[in-house]
Amino acid sequence: MATEIQSGKVHVQTTINGESVDFLAEPRESLLEVLRDNLGLTGAKEGCNNGNCGACNVVMDGVLVNSCCVLSVEAAGASIETIEGVASPEGLHPLQQSFLENAALQCGVCTPGFIVAAKALLEENPDPTEYEVRWWLAGNLCRCTGYDKIVRAVLDAAERMRAEA
Amino acid sequence: MAVDTRVGQTIKHHDEEYKVIGTRPIRHDGLEKVTGEARYGSDINLPGQLHGKVLRSPHAHARIVSIDTSRAEALDGVRAVITSAAFPDPGDKLTGGGEAPGLPLKFKSANMLARGKVHYHGHAIAAVAAANPHVAAEALKLIDVEYEVLDPVLEVWDAMKSDAPVIIEDLYTARADGTTAEEPSNVAAEMLYEVGDVDAGFAEADLVVDREFTFGVVHQGYIETHNATAHWLKDGHLHVWCSSQGAFTIRQELADLLDHPITKIHVVPMEIGGGFGGKTTAYLEPLAALLSRQTGHPVKMAMDRADVLKATGPTPGGYVRVKLGVTNDGMITAGYANLAFDAGGYPGSVVGAGCRCVFAPYNMPNAKVEGFDVVVNKPKTHAYRAPGATHAEFASETVVDEICRTLDIDPVKFRLQNSAKEGDWQLAMPPYPRIGHIECMEAARDSAQWQTPLETAPGKKRGRGIASGFWFNIGFTSSVTAKLNSDGSVTLLEGSTDIGGTRTSIAMQFAETLGIAVEDVDPIVADTDSVGQTDVTGGSRVTFATGLAAHNAANDMKDQIVEGLANLWDVAADSISHADGTFSANGNSATVGEAAGLLEEEGVFPIGKNTVTPTREGGAFAVHIADVEVDDETGKVEVLRYTAVQDAGVAIYPPYVEGQMQGGVVQGVGWALNEEYVYNDDGHLLNASLLDYRMPTALDVPNIETIIVEVPNPGHPYGVRGVGEVPIVPPPAAVANAIHDATGVRMSHLPMSPARVQAALADEA
Repeated sequence: MATEIQSGKVHVQTTINGESVDFLAEPRESLLEVLRDNLGLTGAKEGCNNGNCGACNVVMDGVLVNSCCVLSVEAAGASIETIEGVASPEGLHPLQQSFLENAALQCGVCTPGFIVAAKALLEENPDPTEYEVRWWLAGNLCRCTGYDKIVRAVLDAAERMRAEA
Repeated sequence: MAVDTRVGQTIKHHDEEYKVIGTRPIRHDGLEKVTGEARYGSDINLPGQLHGKVLRSPHAHARIVSIDTSRAEALDGVRAVITSAAFPDPGDKLTGGGEAPGLPLKFKSANMLARGKVHYHGHAIAAVAAANPHVAAEALKLIDVEYEVLDPVLEVWDAMKSDAPVIIEDLYTARADGTTAEEPSNVAAEMLYEVGDVDAGFAEADLVVDREFTFGVVHQGYIETHNATAHWLKDGHLHVWCSSQGAFTIRQELADLLDHPITKIHVVPMEIGGGFGGKTTAYLEPLAALLSRQTGHPVKMAMDRADVLKATGPTPGGYVRVKLGVTNDGMITAGYANLAFDAGGYPGSVVGAGCRCVFAPYNMPNAKVEGFDVVVNKPKTHAYRAPGATHAEFASETVVDEICRTLDIDPVKFRLQNSAKEGDWQLAMPPYPRIGHIECMEAARDSAQWQTPLETAPGKKRGRGIASGFWFNIGFTSSVTAKLNSDGSVTLLEGSTDIGGTRTSIAMQFAETLGIAVEDVDPIVADTDSVGQTDVTGGSRVTFATGLAAHNAANDMKDQIVEGLANLWDVAADSISHADGTFSANGNSATVGEAAGLLEEEGVFPIGKNTVTPTREGGAFAVHIADVEVDDETGKVEVLRYTAVQDAGVAIYPPYVEGQMQGGVVQGVGWALNEEYVYNDDGHLLNASLLDYRMPTALDVPNIETIIVEVPNPGHPYGVRGVGEVPIVPPPAAVANAIHDATGVRMSHLPMSPARVQAALADEA
């Protein structure tokens, strides 16, 4: 599913937000670069490019990853979920709604990463404690909010999702 | 666990009731920010776009002997390479109306690309445009630079010595008395502020406490790195898309630096991923513009995190001395302070603001403050949230705490009895208008945290600290243009970059004034061609000043609607009344929406507009309480509980006022406990990554309890005070005072990192 072609680029077949996607990438390009620059999925952000800020979080085969630290060729055959796939045609995900209602964002540049990370948390643990939310989100840096409203938004969304489940 | 959805407490010292102001609508730009659709600077891509990268100096202080770009230019895919020679000669020109008008343009120009000499590790040397970022990065390695390495000077106390290497050979101190030094030195400027007779004041004191404090360099730490995309058309029109706190500021800087007509420069503010004062000046924009002019293609540039830490404008390290005299009953008789701040590689630190804030929470009869702006081999420093105030008030609030301990006076009582209030002097400013320091202190005293005894735990060293903070706030110029649509909705163009919800706080003031729902206002951050002059988003000014412009624009629109209805109804304009969004006269009445429809039929489309330069900023006070636990084995300090109290004047958009308070606290806690640039003796920055420059994570801090105090600013129709900056001021002192309460140790350096606390505990033992 990853085939090297003559230009030195690699043909990669993958699945992104449920759709099958093909792209050509240089072997040195990260998944983040390909998402943003080749595929136009600019919701994942580059904050550090070395796995310390979480702004580029995506889920790959069910695992939360920093897409800046994944080579794009590693996406071959994988299933990738990005922030662009979190809302459905029916509306926002409860986390997105909860972030809005709890004022859990300021500049907003870290927000996609936080929502992707929090969604991964709630899929693993639908009823986290405040400490568990803080522990899980410690891989995502926010410089604006002081985290208070983000943590409240995640707990609030968890409660809504449990009520709907 | 049950979700705690409580919102912060608000204590009002006024009787005003508003329909829109003080409510909690969902912000207008929220949806696109939770879905990833919002477009930040780096999210733009233009047809034919090239990518630029910057070569940076590996040395802190060096002469550039030669630069040879030929090998880089020959690399396949490289389209242009520029050095400082690409910039016009700045001559003796001064900077225009940008971030810091009136400074020599040659310094700003040389900070874009080094001119003959390197002033700091990471100083830009050359820039490359290439087909993709990887080729550009490869090309940087092919640029041959020969350096003559010089001894660096890193700290103000070394740079001020008479035998220190002089970094800028033609820099002569601008003295406080208006004269200029005859010999060059690293001291760019001296300043002096005096009230009363400080010697007489100290002579009256029963107790004098005199302490010295030092500071590491800290960075604003916004998550989005700097970026810019420029397209220089062949007719001379220059279009720039960037992430900046001020599109008009960038336009002015480009005009100055490139000697290009301002009318031909068009700056589009993209969404901005944090700024905190660090995105108030150009870095990449002029380079992208020059590379675009040279190649004929749009050029996109983005810094990586190491570039941001090495070569943008962190806030200064330096030195502060504070001496306070008090009587035995705890009245301040005199204060003296001496502040020396890093300017970095070129003149212009925030020391002046620090000088004027150092004693701001107190009314003392005699005060003297001296300041020094000192050039060192570190990046040119810039503003960071209440610039200069955090250093200054860390020092003074720590000394106040020591006085309270020594005299056994309650720290709340001491601050209340010495508090600044309406009519008291401010250094180099008119006397205070109505301010709310006393009300904040009373709210802190009555808060749940202050009223709850600190929980002790066996074997744990725990303590509680309290500290005040002040920041001026700034007016500057703001513009709003509001267009009434035929359905009664309003498209509101404003020039202030929105970093934290200000589109909505501006729209709320417009809606309140016109009497419509905030959801019927569509606020847009407009580009420099589409709205009037609007200065930088900074100085806690946007909700105050741009909000005032929105209020005035709504009144302008209201007058136009009244005029239109007067013609339609054939009544005198002054007979039409306006209440709750309805216009009425002589049995006629129309809501704003109905009026818009009626006027449309007449071909009347009201456009309300206003440009305003307000000067009656309210000034902002905060009082914070910190409970900490100190691990006496490792020196690690954990914040257990935190309450922030702040006078917001009137909180227009309370959830985002709370957010500013909570965010400021956590930045202040990071500054207090962890954050610091680490240099080796050669002046190399050793921790230029977010792993090693460690900012607080969600796990490092507790929830931040907020109490908004509303003492309206008489200088604003809705009583607004700026809220963005002051919450970073008290945390280091509140935490330091709590550390003392826990351990008996006084910390005199920021950050109070585990190693420093451990060493201080060992010294004490």
